[in-house]
Amino acid sequence: MNAALKTTWGPIALAALAALAVCWFLPATLELFALINATVFVSMAILALSLALVWGYGGILCFGQAAFFGLGGYTYAVAAINFGDTTGAVPLAILVPAGFALLLGYFLFYGRISDVYLGVITLTVTLILFKFINSTASDIWTIGTAPLGGFNGIPMTPPLNFPGDMTAMLMPDQIFVLAVIGLFLCYAIAKLILASHFGRVVVAVKENELRAELLGYDVRLYKLIIFTVGGAMAGLAGMFFANCVFVSPTMFSLSYSGQIIIWVIVGGLGTLVGPVIGCILLQMLTNWAGTLEVIDPNLVLGAILVIAVLLLPKGLLPTITGLIRRGDRS
Amino acid sequence: MSAMLETSGLTMRFGGVVAVDRVDVKIHEGELRCLIGPNGAGKSTFFKCLTGQYKPTSGTVHLREHDVTGWDSFAIARLGVGIKTQVPSVFDGLTVRDSVLIAARRRYGAILARKRTDEVLGRIGIEDIAGKPVGLLSHGSRQLVELATVVASEPDLIILDEPTAGMTAEETARTAALIRQLNERHAIVVVEHDMQFIRSIAKTVTVFHQGRVLIEDKVDVVLNDPVVRDVYLGKEPIRAAVGRVAA
Ligand SMILES: Nc1ncnc2c1ncn2[C@@H]1O[C@H](COP(=O)(O)OP(=O)(O)O)[C@@H](O)[C@H]1O
Ligand SMILES: [Mg+2]
Repeated sequence: MNAALKTTWGPIALAALAALAVCWFLPATLELFALINATVFVSMAILALSLALVWGYGGILCFGQAAFFGLGGYTYAVAAINFGDTTGAVPLAILVPAGFALLLGYFLFYGRISDVYLGVITLTVTLILFKFINSTASDIWTIGTAPLGGFNGIPMTPPLNFPGDMTAMLMPDQIFVLAVIGLFLCYAIAKLILASHFGRVVVAVKENELRAELLGYDVRLYKLIIFTVGGAMAGLAGMFFANCVFVSPTMFSLSYSGQIIIWVIVGGLGTLVGPVIGCILLQMLTNWAGTLEVIDPNLVLGAILVIAVLLLPKGLLPTITGLIRRGDRS
Repeated sequence: MSAMLETSGLTMRFGGVVAVDRVDVKIHEGELRCLIGPNGAGKSTFFKCLTGQYKPTSGTVHLREHDVTGWDSFAIARLGVGIKTQVPSVFDGLTVRDSVLIAARRRYGAILARKRTDEVLGRIGIEDIAGKPVGLLSHGSRQLVELATVVASEPDLIILDEPTAGMTAEETARTAALIRQLNERHAIVVVEHDMQFIRSIAKTVTVFHQGRVLIEDKVDVVLNDPVVRDVYLGKEPIRAAVGRVAA
């Protein structure tokens, strides 16, 4: 019981406090533009968390996490435009990417595709979706009343409204709070999964697939489920992103897929909080680098990745906690 | 006695290499069988065919009333076959206790599994390292941890591929005693090179050579067989021995 308190409920309580603090301070202190930007960061943090779970604990290096992110965003936009009300669009934005992950994962894991090909296939699927959505500019690409808009995306993506009341649109500060709650819930769910028997088997499979199999665990099923959970979380991230900006093909782009992996590496593979922190720090940094207009932000990101891999091979969070522990002992 | 495990004509080919060549072997319920043979004889490959790690090229594997030929490893494991592989296959990132718990949890609910884990850790004699990450242990200890995970999942048939490799003489003797004790509840097939060890535990010995069963008999008969001595103990070049066996 003590161990569960220390490794699961304690961190969840801390995360709840942090979420409360952020919801208390930021909307009151930030200007509108900065707050919307902060919401984008939080949606990205959910995306980072989804890969932290799938890769860091499931051992599945998915180069296509952006595919679920983009699907979540587009599903939300299309459903919200068609329904007029966003209440039903939100669960769909989670279910459609999850369903897609389930289908894709089924072929990957039940086909016993090797890790290298898994990376290649997930990347290719993302690129195909990117190409496809980019080429939907003509009017025939309309789902119900929602034109997909090709490379322009869907600028009229509606913001969230109060559940069941389509006339009561949420304000940016309310959407920010919701996004933070979403991030917290994803974190808590991930923690609880990892503390369960299912989660322990997922980690065991990452450690040694053969051993898990020889002990009688069907590793395909465990990978498929954690992959699907990751797809659902990435879809939720896409939904929040669609609320701050609007959906466009860049959500499926290679640059996003790459960034997510960089956030996880820099923050610390094998932790949940690390990639979230890495994501937010790196986005603040690339945003700032973008305002300087003297250097390509992607170049900055690349340089940071190289430096992080060389100097902090374990990532930010594990390095810091390691230092603290060493300090405690002396 | 009915056969618990039976292979007929089991063959595994890798390109031109026939690693396992038309092997017919029967293991009975509760039996303790030793498998010996020089390196490259096909023992490990035979085990991989039994446990679904390889799909045999031809032939069949029957486990009690099931034809398990070509089944997935996890499904065969669920029928009660556990294997300690030659290269220790363990969860490096988990602690010893968590590794054993994962194994026990496949059979039992949370509370019983924890009880079973403590019991197995004690039986194998690794309680003192229960909290250590497996990745940091010595080769001999890793062998014991792997054995503990296999035992914790309570298979009816335990396959041990060179379980004492890398162990000290004392650890080896303890493992021999442990195997005898495990045999009270599980059928066991074990590959070993240590003659002392084989004499101390074996009843029936099967000798593999070049993918085939060379001889299968009582332990004294086998160990005193001149052909086996030649092939196995390398008293003359293998090639010459092969010529004689073929002749
Ligand atoms: N995956 C493989 N691919 C090709 N050849 C293999 C493979 N596994 C085993 N072999 C060959 O099969 C033969 C038997 O090997 P093995 O079963 O490991 O023998 P043993 O366990 O008796 O030492 C050897 O000649 C080995 O080189
Ligand atoms: Mg071998």
